[in-house]
Amino acid sequence: MAITEEPPLILELESGETKPSTGAFARPTYAKGWRAWVFTVDHKKIGIMYGAVAMFWFLWGGIEALLIRTQLLTPNGTVLTAEQYNQIFTMHGTTMVFLVIMPLAAAFANYIVPLQIGARDVAFPRMNALGLWIFVFGGIFLNLSWFLGGGPDGGWFAYAPNTSVTFSPGAGMDFYAMGLQIAGIASLVGAINLIVTIINMRAPGMTLLRMPVFTWMILVVQFLLLFALPVITVALVLLSLDRTFDANFFNVGMGADPLLWQHLFWIFGHPEVYILILPSFGIVSETLPVFSRKPLFGYSVIVISGAAIGFMGWGVWAHHMFVSGLGPVSVAAFSATTMFIAVPTGVKILNWIATMWGGKITFTVPMMFSISLVSMFTIGGLSGVMHSVAPADTQQTDTYFIVAHFHYVLFGGALMGLFAGMYYWWPKAFGYKLNETLGKWHFWIVLVGFNLTFGPMHILGLQGMARRHSRYGPEDGFDFWNLMVSIGAFVILIGMIIFAINIVKTWLGYKAGTIEQSPADPWDGRTLEWSIPSPTPEHNFDYVPVVTDLDDFWHKKYQKDENGKLRKVADGNAIAQLGDQHPHLPSPSYWPIVLASGLPLIALGLIYTLWLTGIGLLVLVAAIYGWSLEPHTDPDVGHGHGDDHDDHDEPDGDHSENLIDSPKDESTEEAPVG
Amino acid sequence: MDNATEVNTSQLAYGPTEWDDYDVPPLTTGLSNEKMTMWAFLGSDCLLFAALISTYLLLRNRVGPDTDGSTAAELFDIPFTSVSSFVLLMSSLTMVLAVTSIGRGEIERCKMWLLTTATLGAVFIAGQVYEFTGFYREGLGFTTNISSSAFFTLTGFHGVHVSLGIIMLVTLWSLISRGNIGAERAETVEIIGLYWHFVDIVWIVIFAVVYLIP
Repeated sequence: MAITEEPPLILELESGETKPSTGAFARPTYAKGWRAWVFTVDHKKIGIMYGAVAMFWFLWGGIEALLIRTQLLTPNGTVLTAEQYNQIFTMHGTTMVFLVIMPLAAAFANYIVPLQIGARDVAFPRMNALGLWIFVFGGIFLNLSWFLGGGPDGGWFAYAPNTSVTFSPGAGMDFYAMGLQIAGIASLVGAINLIVTIINMRAPGMTLLRMPVFTWMILVVQFLLLFALPVITVALVLLSLDRTFDANFFNVGMGADPLLWQHLFWIFGHPEVYILILPSFGIVSETLPVFSRKPLFGYSVIVISGAAIGFMGWGVWAHHMFVSGLGPVSVAAFSATTMFIAVPTGVKILNWIATMWGGKITFTVPMMFSISLVSMFTIGGLSGVMHSVAPADTQQTDTYFIVAHFHYVLFGGALMGLFAGMYYWWPKAFGYKLNETLGKWHFWIVLVGFNLTFGPMHILGLQGMARRHSRYGPEDGFDFWNLMVSIGAFVILIGMIIFAINIVKTWLGYKAGTIEQSPADPWDGRTLEWSIPSPTPEHNFDYVPVVTDLDDFWHKKYQKDENGKLRKVADGNAIAQLGDQHPHLPSPSYWPIVLASGLPLIALGLIYTLWLTGIGLLVLVAAIYGWSLEPHTDPDVGHGHGDDHDDHDEPDGDHSENLIDSPKDESTEEAPVG
Repeated sequence: MDNATEVNTSQLAYGPTEWDDYDVPPLTTGLSNEKMTMWAFLGSDCLLFAALISTYLLLRNRVGPDTDGSTAAELFDIPFTSVSSFVLLMSSLTMVLAVTSIGRGEIERCKMWLLTTATLGAVFIAGQVYEFTGFYREGLGFTTNISSSAFFTLTGFHGVHVSLGIIMLVTLWSLISRGNIGAERAETVEIIGLYWHFVDIVWIVIFAVVYLIP
């Protein structure tokens, strides 16, 4: 299963003249059209698909947010019923966390990390595709609930026993529990793959402390996922067992402990917070030095702070539970750890400011989004430190103050960073820059709308407006700020529409030839992804880069002269690789999407009728064996020297022997039917 | 033509290296990707069992207000479970022998030990099924009370892990029989072995925590 994979570099894909394999399990060879995407194992296409799917869910989660804000526009709103409101806010949170920010980070991780470490693909290309498709099916499955009796209605945190059948009789929470288990498998598969890739496939010379900060933060995030996901999986399994098979884990009538869910959920949930924000921290750690034209201030301190956040993130979960009656000792301990975890985060903020200090800052759109991350996240971080003070937190719990806090860190922090990344790496992924003017409109409107939406929520929270209530009365005095908040939400919508226009317009312009092809190194970048052409060639690197420095590519462009003054010795675009070599690449595969399609069937069967589960299991097992027995496509295809096959098989031997279950060549692949 | 290419690549920031397009640079750590993957997965699985065991420890004495107060612990047959635990532990020994023999190129012997390991695992699973059936007959079902839900979930998760291990062992055996895996890919056996040992170690913890500690 998880351990079966081909060696990374096998098949020539270029030129499309691949010869079809013989045997029952031939691999697909589509180089164009939709099938080239659906069956791809290319980390770049997978990254782009992660991003596209996440943006679709972003639209959907945004519509949910606007429904909430329309309902709360005026006192006693009548747009939604209370039950609909519960479903909408639950799915808004669930969608934005699991289907937008996490996969957007996965999009960048997939696309950028192999480029930053000088690899031609990830360690397990088919597993990478598997992660994508499981995520896609998981998202669809989760949202199927809308058509099958209503969405989940227990909040994104799904506190049991409130989410047991007694209190949430519809199928919505079943879809939530199963859907998140499916999405969790996707993240786990991706996490293992990226960990192995980053640890094991770095370019020669790239020691851990020469690794770009973005790659570092992704590594930390993958470890957080690796250890946090099983915990929420257990929680979700217990909830599913309760709801579907009448187990008693959360049956208070039988003496269950309502804190069980809270602990399990937040032991996952707090590392999850860092899973959401650290990729953006990594992104701005790339953009700020580039656009300040200075090296990152305190590289090693930033890296160590990131790793420290990764460790300390495990010791703060109970600050989500201060009002649940943990007892004074626990509360005091978690107060203290929560205050401590602000230290490494604060260190990063100061390092970023010091990076910009005295730099030659160019205010490009990615830079503006990056700066807004630093400032907006700081606001959210400060209100976060307020929550570490347990007595204050007791007042703020379940009010809009909390809503304001986490939107400042997740929207003002994570999402701003992800937008910075989009503008920054767009030319690398697609070959042209997004329009800077439209980008600036996008930035300023979103920034203003964001603050108009979530700033007043601090006030509303301190005035006592409770979260998750579908209505407030005219006598509550919440009218004015709620009106402002709702206006702000629609301002954000305008900003996002401009972003969409920007994407479409530049794409059309690029197709029509009015927007010029981006050079390899449009921003005078520092890391390896800028040493290859834009858009990235199929095989990434013509030649494996050999690294001798942190920011190695930058050191190829700038060197000190005899007076110790920094001089430009080469132009990045002139010394970038040409993308004219054709190394072997892994073949596409049918099995990742087939395997992934089994999971929603199993879950649907568990909710409705067990025979569907049987079908799903059959699909799953067939796909696993199909996957394991899938042949390697002949490594010499397309190279015109198929005769000396054996000669070339030998150099491949050192990784071929790591294969688990895949037959190595055609001689061993005969008829593995069934 | 050749000349031009030469001039061209020498200007590149990253030109040709000793690794041509048929070869890739050595893995950074020297540990194979597949083995590292298994280690990472097992690390993740540790947390899965940690959460399940914690849940069991929290709930093991909760029998609810209106049941007869029976927990799984009151029905344990320690000698029986000790024997099946011993069988599972012995399967780790045979797994080691399988790994050693394929490392020496003794394919037939490896196949024999793999089948032995799978059989011992199957004996353990059969023992678990027998034990669970007995509990059920005594009136302790999955839904009887909180304690029983927690017990069956924890031990059931472990049983599923062992069963998957058996499937992997049998698959491995058939792949070796078909000649798809030979001595040059001994590491495959080793990686499956890692999984098998992990499942055994988890059982030692479960046996100690669930069965032996009163």
